[in-house]
Amino acid sequence: MLSIKNLHAGIPGNEILKGVNLEVKAGEVHAIMGPNGSGKSTLSSVLAGRENYEVSKGSVTFNEKNLLEMPPEERAREGVFLAFQYPVEIPGVSNINFLKTAINEIRAHRGQPALETKDFLKRVKEKQALVELQGTLANRSVNEGFSGGEKKRNEIFQMAVLEPSLCILDETDSGLDIDALRIVANGVNKLRSKDRAFVVITHYQRLLDYIVPDFVHVLSNGRIIKSGGKELALELEAKGYDWIKEKTEA
Amino acid sequence: MAEKNDILEEHISSDYKYGFTSDIDMDTAPKGLSEEIVRFISKKKNEPEWMLEFRLKAYRHWLKMEEPRYWAHLNYPKINYQDIIFYAAPKPKKELASLDEVDPELLKTFEKLGISLEEQKRLSGVQSSIAVDAVIDSVSVKTTFKEVLAEKGIIFCSFSEAVQEHPELIKKYMGSVVPYTDNYFAALNSAVFTDGSFCYIPKGVRCPMELSTYFRINTAGTGQFERTLIIADENAYVSYLEGCTAPMRDENQLHAAVVEIAAHKNGEVKYSTVQNWYPGDKEGKGGIYNFVTKRGICLEENAKISWTQVETGSAITWKYPSVILKGDHSVGEFYSVAVTNNFQQADTGTKMLHIGQNTRSTIVSKGISAGRSNNSYRGLVRVSKGAKNARNFSQCDSLLMGDKCGAHTFPYIEINDKTAVVEHEATTSKIGEDQLFYCQQRGIDKEKAVGLIVNGYCREVFNQLPMEFAVEAQKLLAVSLEGSVG
Repeated sequence: MLSIKNLHAGIPGNEILKGVNLEVKAGEVHAIMGPNGSGKSTLSSVLAGRENYEVSKGSVTFNEKNLLEMPPEERAREGVFLAFQYPVEIPGVSNINFLKTAINEIRAHRGQPALETKDFLKRVKEKQALVELQGTLANRSVNEGFSGGEKKRNEIFQMAVLEPSLCILDETDSGLDIDALRIVANGVNKLRSKDRAFVVITHYQRLLDYIVPDFVHVLSNGRIIKSGGKELALELEAKGYDWIKEKTEA
Repeated sequence: MAEKNDILEEHISSDYKYGFTSDIDMDTAPKGLSEEIVRFISKKKNEPEWMLEFRLKAYRHWLKMEEPRYWAHLNYPKINYQDIIFYAAPKPKKELASLDEVDPELLKTFEKLGISLEEQKRLSGVQSSIAVDAVIDSVSVKTTFKEVLAEKGIIFCSFSEAVQEHPELIKKYMGSVVPYTDNYFAALNSAVFTDGSFCYIPKGVRCPMELSTYFRINTAGTGQFERTLIIADENAYVSYLEGCTAPMRDENQLHAAVVEIAAHKNGEVKYSTVQNWYPGDKEGKGGIYNFVTKRGICLEENAKISWTQVETGSAITWKYPSVILKGDHSVGEFYSVAVTNNFQQADTGTKMLHIGQNTRSTIVSKGISAGRSNNSYRGLVRVSKGAKNARNFSQCDSLLMGDKCGAHTFPYIEINDKTAVVEHEATTSKIGEDQLFYCQQRGIDKEKAVGLIVNGYCREVFNQLPMEFAVEAQKLLAVSLEGSVG
């Protein structure tokens, strides 16, 4: 589904990713871990197509298409979803209206007719329950005045409604207390399916207790320096990132 | 790539969709302004002597006045008043018995504008019906639903007709809120105004439909000087809508209107405007100079006047819809969205004059500037001595798009009574890259995202508009701002 080959990217004058390789197949959950400044957020930004990031070398294909050539909205319409580390507030625009616009843009891209309001509301109601989001939140302005936990739950809620095929979670666990973490993780787990892949970017092993990955990759200094199964996360938690850095440098 | 081209295509073609001219046979006065022209207009309209006297007094006063050029935050070349046609009317000018007698070109014009002059169509529809007074250049051409309204005692007709049919009301109220001495453009209007709408809601009547006037400037080189007078008697209510468009022309055209509103005890008038005069082209050539005086007075207790305006057109907008809060417990409101793009200039706001006791006013102004435009809010809140417990809340927000435009806020606050509570909040913001990217990541392209964000920003004001107008306003906003983000 997603194939990243020798990806070099960064902000002008500063290369942050220095040759990332990653293969993600449908149905898989990949966790990407790494210390601060290793390039985790750069990777998610480059995949989603944020401005100001430059790709100097390498390729990214998504379902056989060149992802890097597409503007951000086209990537989203093709099925790439990024759950933001810092979800953005849009005052005066209701969550519902925002999502309805988004879903119909995506449907139009796929040649599907716009969703009837009745069906849309039904879907909203169903997905809200998934992340224990209250009805009133859906009617409030996008993320405006939401608590940190509500914002993250809202991200997962949007993900559930838009039904993407590749979900990138950028430090979704940051700033969450243990209850919110459990709710968010439960939401994600319910969305796991054989057609959908996840790339979970996180600092801590904690999230991976709830969202159990198929693969764990360690990103350090712009490269994936080690990959393994879910046990790798536990080992990292016990020994710290320095252990692995020393090992690879030796 | 095909998709991209479509967007581009749509983009170019939807610049100003009302820029067409209609080939209607017109009766026009010679260019220029003089006492003869004033007499000419009055005679054309077959006016009584008192009306001509009013015009002449205004004209003589105007001659002694100077054009106010430097106080507002505006920049424009001097207007040559001798180069303007002050009267243009579609022929024939006889009383029309039915719609069939209206010039088909004229009907087509309004059809193109999406305004229905056919009553049945509206009546059978599910939407709430709207009574329309259509004004083309200087003259009202058709007022719909007159009979239905007359059953309730509501008078809704052209100003000229009211001068003939209801002289007592015109004499009593005309110039009572905006005297001809008020300002340069009000004096000019009082001298040469040609038509407009008149509306009177009798005691205890709640007007069952929206009343609306549609203004259209058609003939080249004409000025439009319409005059509107709305009266809500005791316990009466009316919601009034005003829409405006003009063809695209290279030269600037002048629009100097006067709107007067009077509300009696417990009376309420809600006045909504969607102003979409031609704003000039991308280089700033052409467009309407919109110099308008709008004012309402709450004469007695519990009266309420509320102005809602969405201003997207005109090369220059100079407009301060105001409320004089004379009656105790009276309420004044001003909700405004003003959009400027390319080289447009707007200096708009309101005046809330608190005179009675326990009066309240609310001001919500949302300015949006893009391109190289300049957008100013200018507002006065005055609490007179003895206006006990006056309350005002003002909120002025400015949104900037790009880095070549300007937003300015000029609040004037004059408090002469210690019991007054006046609050003023102001913000200036830019549409964030983060907000745009967030929308894009959900599949919404930049252009649509801007529309979404701006509409969200204006929601407080749009909520005040009648449903159909709100939808129209949202669309208009999107068109006005097209191409304003990289």
